[in-house]
Amino acid sequence: MSAVDVLGTPAPAEATGEAGAGPWLSAWRRLRRNPSGIVGAVIVLVFVLVAIAAPLLAPYRPATSEWFGEVTPTTVPGPSDEHLLGLDSFGSDLLTQLIYGARSSLVIGVVSTAIGLAAGAVLGILAGGIGGKVDTIVMRVVDVLLSIPALLLAVSVAALLGRGSFSIMLAISAAQVPIFARLLRASLLAQRGQDYVVALRSLGLRQRRIVVGHMLPNSLGPVLVQATLTLATAVIEVAALSFLGLGDPNPAVAEWGRMLVTAQDRLDQAPHLALYPGIAIAITALGFTLLGEALREALDPRSSR
Amino acid sequence: MSLLEVEDLRVRFSRKGGPTTTAVDGVSFSVDAGEVVGLVGESGCGKSVTSLAVMGLLPRRGTTVTGSVRFDGTDLLTLSPGQLARRRGSDLAMVFQDPMTSLNPVLTLGRQLTEVLRTHTGMNRSAAKKEAVELLGRVGIPDPRRRAGEYPHQLSGGMRQRVLIAIALACTPRLIIADEPTTALDVTIQAQVLDLLTALVRESGTAMVLITHDLGVVAGTCDRVNVLYAGRVVEQAGKRELFAEPRHRYTTGLLNAVPRVDAPEGTALQPVPGSVRDLLPWAQGCAFSPRCGVADEGCRSGEIALSGSEHGAGHRARCVHPAEVGV
Repeated sequence: MSAVDVLGTPAPAEATGEAGAGPWLSAWRRLRRNPSGIVGAVIVLVFVLVAIAAPLLAPYRPATSEWFGEVTPTTVPGPSDEHLLGLDSFGSDLLTQLIYGARSSLVIGVVSTAIGLAAGAVLGILAGGIGGKVDTIVMRVVDVLLSIPALLLAVSVAALLGRGSFSIMLAISAAQVPIFARLLRASLLAQRGQDYVVALRSLGLRQRRIVVGHMLPNSLGPVLVQATLTLATAVIEVAALSFLGLGDPNPAVAEWGRMLVTAQDRLDQAPHLALYPGIAIAITALGFTLLGEALREALDPRSSR
Repeated sequence: MSLLEVEDLRVRFSRKGGPTTTAVDGVSFSVDAGEVVGLVGESGCGKSVTSLAVMGLLPRRGTTVTGSVRFDGTDLLTLSPGQLARRRGSDLAMVFQDPMTSLNPVLTLGRQLTEVLRTHTGMNRSAAKKEAVELLGRVGIPDPRRRAGEYPHQLSGGMRQRVLIAIALACTPRLIIADEPTTALDVTIQAQVLDLLTALVRESGTAMVLITHDLGVVAGTCDRVNVLYAGRVVEQAGKRELFAEPRHRYTTGLLNAVPRVDAPEGTALQPVPGSVRDLLPWAQGCAFSPRCGVADEGCRSGEIALSGSEHGAGHRARCVHPAEVGV
């Protein structure tokens, strides 16, 4: 006697909405309908493409100081046919420098966010997944880190490690670790009391399996949003650290923050030297922020079903 | 020897600086292999806590569990968390009340089924997948192959409860605890799911503890019934005896509160007056006495034992003035 016979009738089929749509897929569908999210995504995409294709897009090679002779102590040649945005104060093509600047911003931003996310995730999983004493200890450390202003923490780490792009990455990620750790822990704690977690325990699954295989995927939404938003701050922080003289000392590496610093001396005669990298930083940060906010809305459980 | 023997189970919750609350106060009952046993009572009588204690799912901090829960001769309360985890899902499983929240929303139904299978049976991925589709078909999910690739939110509540039943039965446990498995469902779906659950349990010879506050559900499914009040069993009987000759005044009250088709038109239902107290007042006589119509001084002091009657040792009630048979 099978179950269906007992029921007399087979269980009713039911109408479903989007067939095969997982939570991630439906979030993606909501994201696509959000205009500011599309704007953000386009900006981010352009930024990434520019960074990757810099050698193809840039009219010249970077940091050549080829036209250094044309730069005088009082004047910097402005836009011309050969140089669309003019020269920078070292006599290199400004547009080329800007395009290559996207490269270092992207690399430093992505690598530092990845390090910050990974370290923060480990701490967050320890705290939120194991709980108890581990939680207390980890979170006190995180609290201490959080009580230091992010930029100050980054500056201290960068100063401690010496100048260089790797130390900048570590410095920026150090400031991100507590944010990710805290966020993931809170997310995991919210999962811990859920019915499905009790149900999984009733099926004999081990704690580690439940935390990593079930609670973690359910907690990733806010972390993903934070990572996108963090990329925006990372781009700004890279510029800030370079501006403070803690960036990569190699002048051959084009970097928006250092472009701002060098533009300072000529702010009265050639304000555009500061304006363009400033705009580049602002637009990139805006792009990541718009995308992050749109992601937040798309992943919000209240906006689904 | 019964498959499950719960003896003198007590569960106390305490918080630092707060009073200790006794949720289960010496519950004893047994379940034979292949038998369906009901735990009946109103909200707060300790039904769910009893089931969580048997499964070892109560939070360890702030909870004191005493007594014994012998499953096939082994006291589950003495096992280490790891040993207990190996038994959960394979030897004993549970079906929960709310199908809307008891499945992981971000994993496909197939994944949630195969995970249990692979944990306990060591099946490989493809064998587990095949078995999962098979199981979904057995619980009456149409087009199980496609459904296995879908997510919980794409199914209705009744369908999800079927899936939860499939997951609980995946490793053919010897005992399944169903904690109000139909409470969150529509009345029409309730009957379907309940029929399915009992059919599968009977078919596979699995024993079941059915927790419910619905006497109609008990009448339809159980072999034996334990009526709980304020953390204690107040009446224990076979289903027929319980409905035909209820002895404890709480049981008679419950039965009088159930609408009957054969009652004369215009007959009013008789509710049980009052409500359950927070603290379990078994220390001074019968906890039900403040709500009982026939309680007297004798009910308000001393310990009242769960005692049998001349009608059969299997029918026991914890009452000073049990209802007369035939009333």
